Amino acid sequence: MILIAVISLGAIGAVGAVFLYAASKKFEVYEDPRVAQVQGVLPGANCGGCGYPGCAGFAGACVKADSLDGMLCPVGGGPVMAKIATILGKEAGSTEPMVAVVRCNGTCQARPRTSTYDGTKSCAIASATYGGETGCSYGCLGYGDCVNACAFDAIHINPITGIAEVDEEKCTSCGACVKACPKNIIELRKKGPKSRRVFVSCVNKDKGAVARKACTNACIGCGKCAKECPFEAITVTNNVAYIDYTKCRLCRKCEAVCPTGAIHALNFPPRKEAAPAQPKEATSGATSQPKATAVKEAASVKPEAAPKATMEDKTSLN
Amino acid sequence: MLRTFRIGGIHPPENKLSAGKKITALDTPKQVVIPLGQHIGAPAQAVVKKGDLVKVGTLLAKAGGFVSANIHSSVSGKVNKIDDVVDASGYRRPAIYIDVEGDEWEETIDQSATLVKECALSSKEIIDKIAAAGIVGMGGATFPTQVKLMPPPGNKAEIVIINAVECEPYLTADHSLMLEKGEEILVGVSILMKAVNVSRAVIGIENNKPDAIAHLRKLAADYKGIEIMPLQMKYPQGGEKQLIDAVIRRQVKSGALPISEGALVQNVGTAYAVYEAVQKNKPLFERVVTVTGKALTSPSNFLVRIGTPIRCLIDAAGGMPENTGKIISGGPMMGKALASVDAPVCKGSSGVLLLTREESVRKPARDCIRCAKCVNVCPMGLNPTLLMTATEFQNWELAEKNHITDCIECGSCSYTCPANRPLLDRIRLGKGKVMGIIRARKS
Repeated sequence: MILIAVISLGAIGAVGAVFLYAASKKFEVYEDPRVAQVQGVLPGANCGGCGYPGCAGFAGACVKADSLDGMLCPVGGGPVMAKIATILGKEAGSTEPMVAVVRCNGTCQARPRTSTYDGTKSCAIASATYGGETGCSYGCLGYGDCVNACAFDAIHINPITGIAEVDEEKCTSCGACVKACPKNIIELRKKGPKSRRVFVSCVNKDKGAVARKACTNACIGCGKCAKECPFEAITVTNNVAYIDYTKCRLCRKCEAVCPTGAIHALNFPPRKEAAPAQPKEATSGATSQPKATAVKEAASVKPEAAPKATMEDKTSLN
Repeated sequence: MLRTFRIGGIHPPENKLSAGKKITALDTPKQVVIPLGQHIGAPAQAVVKKGDLVKVGTLLAKAGGFVSANIHSSVSGKVNKIDDVVDASGYRRPAIYIDVEGDEWEETIDQSATLVKECALSSKEIIDKIAAAGIVGMGGATFPTQVKLMPPPGNKAEIVIINAVECEPYLTADHSLMLEKGEEILVGVSILMKAVNVSRAVIGIENNKPDAIAHLRKLAADYKGIEIMPLQMKYPQGGEKQLIDAVIRRQVKSGALPISEGALVQNVGTAYAVYEAVQKNKPLFERVVTVTGKALTSPSNFLVRIGTPIRCLIDAAGGMPENTGKIISGGPMMGKALASVDAPVCKGSSGVLLLTREESVRKPARDCIRCAKCVNVCPMGLNPTLLMTATEFQNWELAEKNHITDCIECGSCSYTCPANRPLLDRIRLGKGKVMGIIRARKS
């Protein structure tokens, strides 16, 4: 009796196996094994910063693409792209590291409140409802839509200033915060050599007097920086200056002439020559600047020095 | 049994503090600020410049497109500057500043109080006059009236419905207007009927205004085709689609215009403005505004020139009470909290409501308990909690599939939620996003 059961079940199993094998051959979908390999080296955050739907989408696109020019995983950056290039036997495109920059410095002291918002704590909702709690309707609202959008815990609202701040160590320049900000304050900018960069930390389009009244740190569109800039990197449109990071050579002349301190220079060593720029250095120092290295570099490196030279200097110092 | 709309609705406390108060004309301030974008659609284009002398009723700005409206001076004086002003929303918008000198009106305006009943103009001429006078929907939506009177091809109005519901708590501007300008309103309604060539009009009034119903009924006996219909009280009966359902028992389909059901809805304030524009040549430069609030010394109905700072209205009603927590432009349900009391009165400002600190506190939101109260009260038959979640998770397909664009933003869902969830805040945001996506898809 047992034998009959074993044989019949065995037979059914065998028939099923043959059918399944035939079906799997017949309906097989060929998948390039390299897609899985590429996906293996990707960070797997599915942030969408590359412009494709998740890491799998990006891996597929990399395999299909003729060259890797313009393809960049902002999270993995250069190393990951190099690995992908070896897997696929293609040249990795040149990549320039970027970082998210919050262009508002309207701190609680600089930008006094004119009203209080008690609605839903969301920048998108607040900005759809009204101009904001202060006289400046362009500035950071501080309800943290960017914080919620960031998958890397790289942006936070500073409880003292009330403004979003980027942790540049963690920022992968995926651009999620840029999309989340309803005020279009956040911009992806070139990270710059040693994370040094100069930018206008204000997007207020109001006329000078109005902007100044609303916020003492606002860009008033006076144009002094544009006149001062030897590289024509600065333009003033709609009463607000903008520094083109592709043209900026980080000379910091604009920072020194800005009457309101709206131009920020980050991660630079302290200026050797004294006075006017000093207080501003203090503010830029507040944003996660590795102080020890800055001081070390200051000893030997001029701010204008080429990045390559500074790298060598650093190693010799160490 | 009185009629009302059939789906959803709520019964907020009425608080009509200023009911029965006579309309008093407010003195003109020293300076008025007249924004160029007081209506839905393109902002008007200024036709005056700094230093120009203007009279009451002088054209200041021309309609800047098909859906737009003319803007006229509400005072006589000199144009001080054309500059930005912080409007009710806290954003800066272009406006014309006029320093007031005397009170000289344009000669064409008939300033007498005599009632002019007969109107010999053709439909086209009436619509042109309405367009020239810059009339917009006075209930708060501020849609240019002449556009509404020219329905898209294939649609024909069968009935004019006059919205005299005033279902927002606190507001009494329309109520007082009906009591004092009943005849003028009825003439205005007959002009509107003539403009769209229909023979029947219904004035829908909620039955919390029995004096207005009785008064208009008595007067309407002399006017052919105008019927006064008392309606059961329910918010938001003043919504266009709700009113159509209440009055003629027809439901406007999702995404369709009310005219597709043959209904042309106009606010009672608009009817009065139409009377003044057509019979008296008077452009829209003043309106009735209710100034109210429980802590206010004397809640009142003022006749206010457009461009008067809201601060002047509050001062005239007894000054700002000590414990004011929030000042709202409009009613408590659909109005918007003001960012500054220096914002000017616009064509769509129906009221100024001062809430005390205790009243204006937002209770903290808690988790949804799936009670479906919001689903029951939604007058559009939507599922607010689903739409809110869809917006929160940015699932725009789900939101669109569930008709988020049909939301009329009445706030019934947020009002009724036992967990104090900010349903409308999120839905309004999602609605905007989805509308943007639909527009992008079309173009």
